[in-house]
Amino acid sequence: MDRIPILRMGQFLIVSIQVDMHDRLALTLQADLAARISQTGAHGVLLDISSLEVVDSFIGRMISNIAGTSRVLDAETVVVGIQPAVAITLVELGLSLPGVRTALNIEKGMAMLREATAGFEEADAAGRNSLSECDDDSAAL
Amino acid sequence: MADTSRVVRSDGGRIARVLEQDSSELLDAWITAQSGVLSNRGTISATELRAQSREFLSLLKAATANGPTGTGTNGPAWDDVRGFLADLSRSRAVQGFSPSETATFVFSLKQPLFSRLRRAAGSDADALSDDVWNATLMLDELGLYTTEVYQKSREEVISRQQRDMLELSTPVIKLWEGILALPMVGTLDSSRTQVAMESLLQRIVETGSDVAILDITGVPTVDTLTAQHLLKTVNAVHLMGAECIISGIRPQIAQTIVHLGVDLEDVVTKSSLADAFRMALQHTGRAVIRSAPPANARAREEA
Repeated sequence: MDRIPILRMGQFLIVSIQVDMHDRLALTLQADLAARISQTGAHGVLLDISSLEVVDSFIGRMISNIAGTSRVLDAETVVVGIQPAVAITLVELGLSLPGVRTALNIEKGMAMLREATAGFEEADAAGRNSLSECDDDSAAL
Repeated sequence: MADTSRVVRSDGGRIARVLEQDSSELLDAWITAQSGVLSNRGTISATELRAQSREFLSLLKAATANGPTGTGTNGPAWDDVRGFLADLSRSRAVQGFSPSETATFVFSLKQPLFSRLRRAAGSDADALSDDVWNATLMLDELGLYTTEVYQKSREEVISRQQRDMLELSTPVIKLWEGILALPMVGTLDSSRTQVAMESLLQRIVETGSDVAILDITGVPTVDTLTAQHLLKTVNAVHLMGAECIISGIRPQIAQTIVHLGVDLEDVVTKSSLADAFRMALQHTGRAVIRSAPPANARAREEA
């Protein structure tokens, strides 16, 4: 396992980290995600770290970097499912992730993303390719 | 060292003999000496004191008769005596005796014992001074041991109370669906904040709450360290994806915070828990409305 899958759902990308995060994996994820955002024109990224039980300062900074990169590429990032122990560790490390949106779980994170990207939907409905593709996907389901 | 031990060994027998021969007379004299000190305490009855004293004397007798006293009172022969004294000082610590009152139990034996030793030694001044020296060493060691155990058991009581306080002080209350409150009471040190933070975050996960209110009405003083602990908690709650409101900031504390230059810019603060609750309701899209006018207004209308 040397890659973390990036799933697409409508105009959002979902990344769920289910394995122990090591440094190389985090760097790969950052590069992959940036590529996927520009490729798909996604407006929102949902980063689920509910299975992550251990973080160090490097991973903490990577989360912050991923969020920063996505924002530059015009995609809102919501980090969801931070475990209590992880939250305490991050605070003790002095990483309070400024500028990163957080939500308790995927459901709330999705609601937050929809709210944040409400403006884009109208623009997309006016004729952008990403939304028409996503309609096709949902029809196939 | 070798010299001392020789002296003790040669005279251990004489102390044991004195304890053996005059035991009932010694017991009476000792109890009189003790009750002089303990006269103002109603916590221990005369019979109990007598039973304790008798038991100690018989244990002491056995220890001095059996043991090689050259090793002081640490040898295996003294285990029973030390065990008895440990129990005694533990029970006295619980009963509320002062340390000196507890140690007096042993030290008050000196005077009656010395007078018996003087009688036994007769005109032999060298033997008497040796005996007194040995008895002093023995009783001092036992007395100090008593004080040590007393101190230890008091410390146990204190640390147990601290643990209890730690658990008591961190109840996380569910005010409404999705709204939690953590009323903090007492001084906020690192370990207490840690426990409070952990239980709050855990409850946020369990209940899926959106808002957490940190009420510090019961916190007597806020210094930079306390403020830092509060900020840490607020940050951690933010990371979990919930809002955090600090409430119950008293006027003096507000002034202190400003004087200290603590930056609470990014933190939502309210003066009372009620205000914080109202804001939390607003945040979750709710409001409290009055279904009927208050009783006194109704009465005025009717009149």
